[in-house]
Amino acid sequence: MANSVLYKNPILFAVVVTVVVLIGTVVTLFYPMMTAEMHPKLEGLKPYTPLELAGKDVYQQEGCIGCHTQTVRPLKAEVLRYGEYSKAGEFAYDQPFLWGSKRTGPDLARIGGKYPDAWHQMHFEDPQSFFAESNMPKYGWLKNNKLNPSDVEAHMKALGFPYKPDEITALNGKSELDALVAYMQVIGTAVKKPAAQTE
Amino acid sequence: MSDYQYDNQTVKGFILSSIFWGVVGIVVGLLLSIQMWSPSHNFPPFFTFGRLRVVHTNGLAFGLGIGAIFGISYYILMRLTKRPLLFPKLARFHLHLFNVAIALAAVSLFAGMNQSLEYAELEWPLDIGVVILWVIFAVNVFGTIIKRKEEQMYISLWYIIATVVAVAVLYIVNNLSIPAGLFKSYHLFAGVNSANVEWWYGHNAVGFIFTTPILAMFYYFLPKSTGMPIYSHRLSIIAFWSLTFGYLWTGAHHLVYTPLPDWIQTLAIVFTIFLIAPSWGSVVNGFYTVGADWSKMRTNYLTKFFIWGIAFYGLQTVQGPTQALRVVSQLIHYTDWVPGHVHMGTMGWVTMTVAACIYYIIPKIYNTEIYSEKVANIHFWLVLIGQLMFSITMWITGIQQGAMWKAVNPDGTLKYTFMEVLSKNYPYWQLRTVAGLIFTVGMLFFIYNIHMTIRKGKALVAAKA
Ligand code: HEM
Ligand code: HEM
Repeated sequence: MANSVLYKNPILFAVVVTVVVLIGTVVTLFYPMMTAEMHPKLEGLKPYTPLELAGKDVYQQEGCIGCHTQTVRPLKAEVLRYGEYSKAGEFAYDQPFLWGSKRTGPDLARIGGKYPDAWHQMHFEDPQSFFAESNMPKYGWLKNNKLNPSDVEAHMKALGFPYKPDEITALNGKSELDALVAYMQVIGTAVKKPAAQTE
Repeated sequence: MSDYQYDNQTVKGFILSSIFWGVVGIVVGLLLSIQMWSPSHNFPPFFTFGRLRVVHTNGLAFGLGIGAIFGISYYILMRLTKRPLLFPKLARFHLHLFNVAIALAAVSLFAGMNQSLEYAELEWPLDIGVVILWVIFAVNVFGTIIKRKEEQMYISLWYIIATVVAVAVLYIVNNLSIPAGLFKSYHLFAGVNSANVEWWYGHNAVGFIFTTPILAMFYYFLPKSTGMPIYSHRLSIIAFWSLTFGYLWTGAHHLVYTPLPDWIQTLAIVFTIFLIAPSWGSVVNGFYTVGADWSKMRTNYLTKFFIWGIAFYGLQTVQGPTQALRVVSQLIHYTDWVPGHVHMGTMGWVTMTVAACIYYIIPKIYNTEIYSEKVANIHFWLVLIGQLMFSITMWITGIQQGAMWKAVNPDGTLKYTFMEVLSKNYPYWQLRTVAGLIFTVGMLFFIYNIHMTIRKGKALVAAKA
């Protein structure tokens, strides 16, 4: 079998490899992509506002995803700890999804509305003052980085999210930290949840 | 041999670049490991854990990994086609472009330009650069093979071709995005769909960067350094085709219990179990090859690098499928178990095998012998100990974490807060830093050995001239 022409013709070989690689790709990737099942959207879900989107950008920029997940699995202890398990329709405006792979810190899928804004501001300044044994870096320095409203507007346009002009002007003077807090507060809020037991 | 001189220098350039980026990545890894138990070691904005973690993964997967893959594949290519590269100048340009791209990649990640797609963090202008690098590689690979002076294509060439094809498809699809500025873009795909695309890519980046090109090296250099032919050609054929077929179905094993449709998860888990077979095809082939004369493990210093490397690949490919099972995933997913898995593969299989290839190639280029087998042996034992210590401590941490997260009191409340679980990790994370240091010292012995071999080789060349 090793003497077949396949092992003597690199182009033919490459074509066969391409086909072999594409079979699983078509079935598990391209086919579902064509179906509604991969594009669910919860009724209560709204696109991000300019400030929230700017916060999501900061979340991506700082690599928060390296330590935090944003998806609660439908497992008993996990629902107890974090709240209602994640639904497919919650993420329709997340490009990319930010579910993450590692919980060095806790899951954030139900963080929205759990604490007041001031809690987040202070926690970002100094996580260790809340939890002495936390290993989260301090992020207070983000308040020195002012948002650039025209960048945020360009980002809103790229995603096709609706916004009012005064939402853009309202960004003047806001910092990356303000934006990050606004983003924290909206995560997971499209799902109404029974309160989680502890953090 | 002189025909090959120019190309050999290109190969050497890739190897040295790969070592350089490897050092950068490993130093960043050490800092990361410290930050996990000592948050005061975060230095904003550029040196915080979140930004550094991607410098570490990209630096090692793309700098060390791809650099070595380009260089060593070129070397293998010339030997198996019995001719120099078809486009030597292009290959040299490839080398320079590679280093520019990796340097820019590192800078952009430090600066926080991050698509937040694991192993595809680079922003769109750099993605275009990566595609250009890949096209150049493909042109030389196919060109040289087409103009070869040897009729049969040996196994290693199959794996190189598969790598070229698969990585191109994976990288382009997952990086499709909507630019929103020069340094910012959004994934073309949203939500569950975005997740499905990303992990189809993510798992196959492991498959076609950390597996197939490394197998190409293994199949070429194991017989070369031991002088023994591969045990079974038929087994290599079956293993090759079932691996390339099976890999692409399995990405969703990373998304077990997430909102991704269940049928995709289940299908992925089934194919993941199936992957044990082709993976072990190569493991068995390696062991039986050396099985013809086990004394090689003692008499030939390179044999043990390859055999331990493929042994870790074997362990990795049993552990991986086990992790995909729902009952196991619910416990270890999101925990430190996974970095334990990852580093057995990257330190034990990839870095070990690549180092052995470099030990073989550098003396060959200079027509000399390795500077010191003794130093190579010290290197071997240190990286082995460092890696085992790293992985084992992380497996223990991971199981403990997973178990404590799900522990429930008789009255139905949670037993531990998140902080209580976290604080239990500190001793293990500190041990991991020690493990990383041992591994790093091992790598320094390796670098010293290569440096001295090159010095010796250059002196020989000068003496002849
Ligand atoms: C001194 C050696 C090393 C140290 C101390 C080190 C340390 C680390 C640390 C602390 C993390 C983050 C884990 C977490 O978030 O919990 C990490 C992740 C990672 N490292 Fe290393 N590392 C080392 C060598 C390597 C090498 C040689 C490679 C590849 C060739 C590598 C590839 C990776 C990858 C792919 C990840 C991401 C894992 C994931 O997302 O699950 N590392 N490393
Ligand atoms: C048959 C072979 C393999 C299978 C089926 C497999 C399976 C898996 C699974 C299921 C995960 C996800 C674990 C979780 O998050 O719960 C994973 C993660 C990973 N594996 Fe493997 N593995 C295999 C071989 C390898 C090899 C050879 C390497 C080489 C370095 C490797 C490197 C990784 C990396 C880097 C990740 C981490 C991805 C991330 O979290 O960022 N795996 N693997």
